[in-house]
Amino acid sequence: MANLLLLLLVSPFAGAMLLAALAARPRPVELTQAIAAEKAQLHRAAWIAAAAAGLSALALLALAPDVMSGTPARARWSWLPALGIGFGLRLDGLALLFCGLIIGIGLLVVLYARYYLSADDRTARFYALLMAFMGAMLGIALADNLIVLAMAWELTSLISFLLIGFWQHRSDARRGARMALTVTGAGGLALLAGLLMLGSIAGSFELDTVLGAGDTVRAHPMYPVCLGLILLGAFTKSAQFPFHFWLPQAMAAPTPASAYLHSATMVKAGIFLLARLYPVLSGTELWFFSVTIAGGITLMIGAWNAIFKHDLKGLLAYSTISQLGLITMLLGLNSPLAAVAALFHLLNHAAFKASLFMAAGIIDHETGTRDMRRINGLWRTMPITAALAIVAAAAMAGVPLLNGFLSKEMFFEEALAVEGSRAVRFLVPAVAALAAALSVAYSARFIHDVFFNGEPVNLPRTPHEPPRFMRVPVEMLVVLCLVVGLAPQLTIGPLLTMGARDMLGGTVPEFSLAIWHGFNEPLLMSLAALIGGGLLYGWLQRQYSLHTNDDDEGAGKRLFDQTMAALVASARRINASIERIGMRTNLFLTVCVAIAAGALPWLIGPSPLDGITTHPFEGIAPVPLALWGIAVAATVASVILARERLPALVTVGALGLVVSLTFVWFSAPDLALTQLLVEVATMLVMMLSLRYLPSRSPRELDDRRKLRDGVIAATAGIGIGVLAWATMLRPASSLSDFFLTRALSEGGGTNATNVIIVDFRGFDTFGESFVMAAAGLVIHDLIARLSLAPVTGPARTGRLAAFEQRYPLMLATTARMLLPFALMVSVYFFLRGHNLPGGGFIAGLITAIVLMLQTVSNGEQALAPGQGSSSSSGSGLARKLSWLHTAIGLGLLIACLTGLGSWLLGYPFLTSSFIHPHLPVVGELPLASAAAFDLGVYLSVVGATVLALAGIGRLARGT
Amino acid sequence: MELLMASGIGVMMAGGIYLVLRPRSFDVVLGLTLISYAVNLFIFSMGRLTIGAAPIVTEGHTDSLASMADPLPQALVLTAIVIGFAMTALLLVLAVRQHAAGDNDLIDAPAPRDADTPDGPPPP
Amino acid sequence: MNHAPIVPVILPALVAALMLIDRRIGSQRALAWLSVVLMAGCSAWMLVLAADGWRSVYLLGNWAAPWGIVLVADRLSVLMVALTSLLALITLASAQSGWDTRGEHFHPLLQIQLMGLNGAFLTGDLFNLFVFFEALLIASYGLLVHGDGSARIRAGLTTVALNLVGSALFLIGASLLYGVTGTLNFADLALRVSQLDGAGVTLAHTGALLLLTVFCLKAAILPLGFWLPGTYSPAGPAVGALFAVMTKVGIYAVLRLFTLVFGNSAGALAEVAFPWIVLPAAAGYLLAMICTLAGTDLRKLASMLVMASAAFLLIGIGRASETSIAAAVYYLPHTTLSAAALFLVAGLVARSRGERAGDILVAGPAPLSAALVGGLFFLTAMAVAGMPPLGGFIGKVMLLLSMLPDEGLPAAIGTIGWLWFIILAGSLFGLIALARAGSTLFWKSDGPSPADALTVGWREALPALIALAAIAGIAIGSAPLQRYAQATAQDLLQTDALIDEVLTTRPRPGPHQPSPQTFR
Repeated sequence: MANLLLLLLVSPFAGAMLLAALAARPRPVELTQAIAAEKAQLHRAAWIAAAAAGLSALALLALAPDVMSGTPARARWSWLPALGIGFGLRLDGLALLFCGLIIGIGLLVVLYARYYLSADDRTARFYALLMAFMGAMLGIALADNLIVLAMAWELTSLISFLLIGFWQHRSDARRGARMALTVTGAGGLALLAGLLMLGSIAGSFELDTVLGAGDTVRAHPMYPVCLGLILLGAFTKSAQFPFHFWLPQAMAAPTPASAYLHSATMVKAGIFLLARLYPVLSGTELWFFSVTIAGGITLMIGAWNAIFKHDLKGLLAYSTISQLGLITMLLGLNSPLAAVAALFHLLNHAAFKASLFMAAGIIDHETGTRDMRRINGLWRTMPITAALAIVAAAAMAGVPLLNGFLSKEMFFEEALAVEGSRAVRFLVPAVAALAAALSVAYSARFIHDVFFNGEPVNLPRTPHEPPRFMRVPVEMLVVLCLVVGLAPQLTIGPLLTMGARDMLGGTVPEFSLAIWHGFNEPLLMSLAALIGGGLLYGWLQRQYSLHTNDDDEGAGKRLFDQTMAALVASARRINASIERIGMRTNLFLTVCVAIAAGALPWLIGPSPLDGITTHPFEGIAPVPLALWGIAVAATVASVILARERLPALVTVGALGLVVSLTFVWFSAPDLALTQLLVEVATMLVMMLSLRYLPSRSPRELDDRRKLRDGVIAATAGIGIGVLAWATMLRPASSLSDFFLTRALSEGGGTNATNVIIVDFRGFDTFGESFVMAAAGLVIHDLIARLSLAPVTGPARTGRLAAFEQRYPLMLATTARMLLPFALMVSVYFFLRGHNLPGGGFIAGLITAIVLMLQTVSNGEQALAPGQGSSSSSGSGLARKLSWLHTAIGLGLLIACLTGLGSWLLGYPFLTSSFIHPHLPVVGELPLASAAAFDLGVYLSVVGATVLALAGIGRLARGT
Repeated sequence: MELLMASGIGVMMAGGIYLVLRPRSFDVVLGLTLISYAVNLFIFSMGRLTIGAAPIVTEGHTDSLASMADPLPQALVLTAIVIGFAMTALLLVLAVRQHAAGDNDLIDAPAPRDADTPDGPPPP
Repeated sequence: MNHAPIVPVILPALVAALMLIDRRIGSQRALAWLSVVLMAGCSAWMLVLAADGWRSVYLLGNWAAPWGIVLVADRLSVLMVALTSLLALITLASAQSGWDTRGEHFHPLLQIQLMGLNGAFLTGDLFNLFVFFEALLIASYGLLVHGDGSARIRAGLTTVALNLVGSALFLIGASLLYGVTGTLNFADLALRVSQLDGAGVTLAHTGALLLLTVFCLKAAILPLGFWLPGTYSPAGPAVGALFAVMTKVGIYAVLRLFTLVFGNSAGALAEVAFPWIVLPAAAGYLLAMICTLAGTDLRKLASMLVMASAAFLLIGIGRASETSIAAAVYYLPHTTLSAAALFLVAGLVARSRGERAGDILVAGPAPLSAALVGGLFFLTAMAVAGMPPLGGFIGKVMLLLSMLPDEGLPAAIGTIGWLWFIILAGSLFGLIALARAGSTLFWKSDGPSPADALTVGWREALPALIALAAIAGIAIGSAPLQRYAQATAQDLLQTDALIDEVLTTRPRPGPHQPSPQTFR
């Protein structure tokens, strides 16, 4: 049974896959060939689709007997148990009816489209979408789990989007498609929320549990919200007021799609949902009013608008809206019999409306237009089609002996039987009668305008009967209308009983489908409607000729368009204002958020200064005081002088010196050294790049901004100051005893800091050297291909210009003096690094700086031994500097390999081991693997730094 | 002494942030340099302040935080300094590049239309 | 000795080094493929192990935590590493088409970026996290400005400056935590933070929030996210695809630090961050989704969606319940891959419509090989918009459900209602935006294709196809992935086992045998 269910659901999807593959095949370029190929493909596609649908039909037939006898077919696969989402399928009476509808009409549409589509449509694609849609619809019908249902629901919206937009070159198709997707998509999301709420009220998403939990749900305080959301979903899908406006726009779809999606099945999904959840949601005042009123209004405005449409499909679309409203209204009446009637009319409507759409398609196909002001008197040219269409239209009008009549009867009966206040008891029947009359009127217009009413008005084509098989689906449906109308008990009776049984949860109300119930109010109402409708049409026709009035698109659409326009406009505005947010604002925001984040804990928690006893001014020595003074002065100076680049540079440099002196004073020699070297390097880079930036910036005029920034800056400064102070005065607790004791015994070095860098936390250094390398590469990429002229003209001030004339010379001499010496020094520092201040980075920086001074002064030849020419074109430079890349690479490689070496000994990455031979001068030489690692670092630092700076240096020489 | 350190950090940070919020790229670079000074000192000060006791152990007798500066923050600062240097250099070069392209050194100048930006096919 | 946790870090490092020695593009490509394939294999293997609870603590340099640096491979970090490797594959495949020859150092920089990403995901040490952040950032700057274009230069300048401020904050926060607790190892921090009192609590709290600020800056959460659109949209398709994971580093850091260190067991500092995340995240999600409606070209739209997805994840994380975190973890791979796919499709669209129209959302020439490109776009759009049956839909459902209390729907749902509304409205906006974009690009054509429009074959489409295949895989394997996410959430909320394992893992006896207990 499970397999049959699965087959029933999956075979359309499988067909869709096949067809998609077919559609993906490249088509011949040459035109006639292309058309021939397309013809062949159309044939093939139709057969594949038919086969897929047929397979489902067989599966359904095989399952039907059990279901009719009252045992729903079920299959369940565990999927996301933690969320209570299982992939469950169930086929009960209601689902069976709906599936039959989907597959039956589907098969007919497949046959119909075979003749409707022309060779220049991408037919395989069309059929693929059709099949995918069938699968999704079956998913809705079969879903045994609310979430699965919601998924199928979304899929139908998506596919209908593609089908409406099938003729993509037409703008109305694109707009209609987007509108449909937006409305139904929004509804789908509301539905999702509603179903989630429903599930969590009922305690499960499994349909059985939910259907069983009706009382709990209706009693729950959130029931109104839940109901509202679900109704939003249902109403948008079933084009109920006020969401009905998308359906007429969807008529841009190819007629087979309209017949299938937008009259027979998809728009019924909402109603199916209401029927499915009827036992859970119905039976309350809220349900009665919301559903009945929505249905009633839809019924009326749909019918009224239908009369005034000139477009054949437009008329049918609005009549569909109105009929859907009728069904919805019936569901709203809270009476089991009304529910049965709704079910009955759902089927009837599918039959006659699908056939009408197909007939309309035939007419469109044969005459080349759908405008009823031009199509007239087709009775003569295509009598058979006319006959069929007339019967179908009569069924729509509720003419006796046709199926429409029967369900209308039941509708009147229920309308009269409605309970409630006097107003209700009057309004409901009145609406029913009036709407019936209107439906007669638009049916009359359809028949009269199209088939009679004089001669056709310059039709694009001369109409004649369509190909034989194009008419077959229409014939079958019309026959169905007749048979059901004549012998309801024999044909539809048992099915209806079954459907009603499983929809209402077991209890079937007594209903009789006889054609003749004797002279009773419903019959009178029908007759009144028939006569009144006929008169109304005649009157309207004569009073102000329907042909002259121009049909408007309806308020709903206008409102929708305005909303969308407003939405997009505001989105554009917001987006623009976001894009206008520049980097300054970003920085400002970041700083502000940081300040807020830092301040918050003080506001809600104890002050950070709690428990601090030491006197603030305790132990202030002259040296630090002096340093402090210089630092403050330098900072202030650089802020003030910032506009004057060079002086600012000098003050910043001074500040750097103070920092490194501070490190010295507070016993951090390594830091002092490194800071010093980095300082020199930074200063050099800045001076070099200054040549390409204005040497001074104009005064800023925006004082308010300056004030604002000043305040922010001051706050941040105070904040971090307090943080530092508060923390420094706390008793220290640190890991570092470990490092101090292990540095020598297990790290193999006396300089704890360095041992940490290369051993305890060698991985930091490892990453860091890659950062350096990357920086070198990026900078190189940025400027290697670039040749700039230094900024000249008024921007240059005397001082800087003068300096520039001087400094290359100065640098050159210093550099030459320094080079050998510095290299020695760097080697020395490298070797002693592990025990005394020094190490790979420091050594590397020394070397780099010196090499770089060389570059700056002598150009990159200094870096490229044996390269006399001074052609500094990018590629030339790149070639000359290539050994630096290799150096970086080697350095990193060494670092990696020393790290990996420990794998051989079965130890983790970067595990160090060492021996200590004694050397003159250097003293004890730690041949630790860490030293090899340090060598790698050294190389990469040298490589990266020089690579970066050589480029700038080249620029600096103004080539 | 802690007060001096703390207030010094504060002043540098304030100056740095003020400069970072200026409209010209070079000011921003200067500001970031000041900030990095402040941050490095801050990290350093998290190991508390010790005078005349560099974390260089001597053979034989056991050393501990009681008698020596905390080496770990020093190690962290070393890393921070180097990374900061790399980043600053990169930023400077970018500033130069932008100045060359947009012909001004404003941070928020509108970018000139650039044929390369909407990606066409890669060059053969 | 299982070295698996270090492989995703050391492999790209090694390869990057080799690439700098042998710089011929051919060998660089070969090396890159070697690295990425091995990385993918290794991470896939770890993923399989982690699925049934495997966890590994790797003591670098054979030093015990908290003194040495440890790598921790657990469910979350392994998942992130696997995702990164997958994106690396995709990026590489797309760069192959010649993008990598536009500048000099695409491949080494890509490898360094991968090293940085994997390192950041795997490390168990706060400062080491900083180092790897910097590594991946500086590499990403390189990749961003790769191929030049002044828009990219400007984007680079912005990002670098902003991230330098971010780095400063990171350092302040991290060192502040060190100053208060005297340690940097996550597990050790967790222990010591819970023992703080008085001013210590305030200081640690400050440090925590500063770090939160940095991570939110990286994750582009309001009001710190405005840099993202301008930075990502100029990037090339390949790079954009890789960048889809960059914001997730921030997300990961938030998730890791604020569940492990400042998690539910942190005493006075329990869950200091989460209350502050949800609101900005929700606002940011809505804002970004609204802005998708205004996207002028596909890549802008994609960048907005990257912003939105990060915010979406933070909503889940900020709710801080097991189910909500599970939802975020489940949603993360899907959303990352879809964003990447959208960047790639944008590249294909630009290619098939020619320079002038590019991926700008105006009626242009009909794209060549429209069937393929259009199909790819449609599937990608479905994934991005969270359409069933793809993972996005399930992720959305998981997040919505996670907000409901276990005993079912409460009588009144105030905040939940708002969050539900924002999430659903947001995805509606996304749906509309993508529908508009698609119908404009593929349905609304004016005139024939220009000369410079190129056809898109399976070869060009390969990267996008890989991404979509992975997305489909997530949809098909939603059940196991959901279990994985659930387990991950449990791990994150019950940290004792992890902390214990990290602090008790002993180094192997050998060159040095520390006896840590004397120092604890």
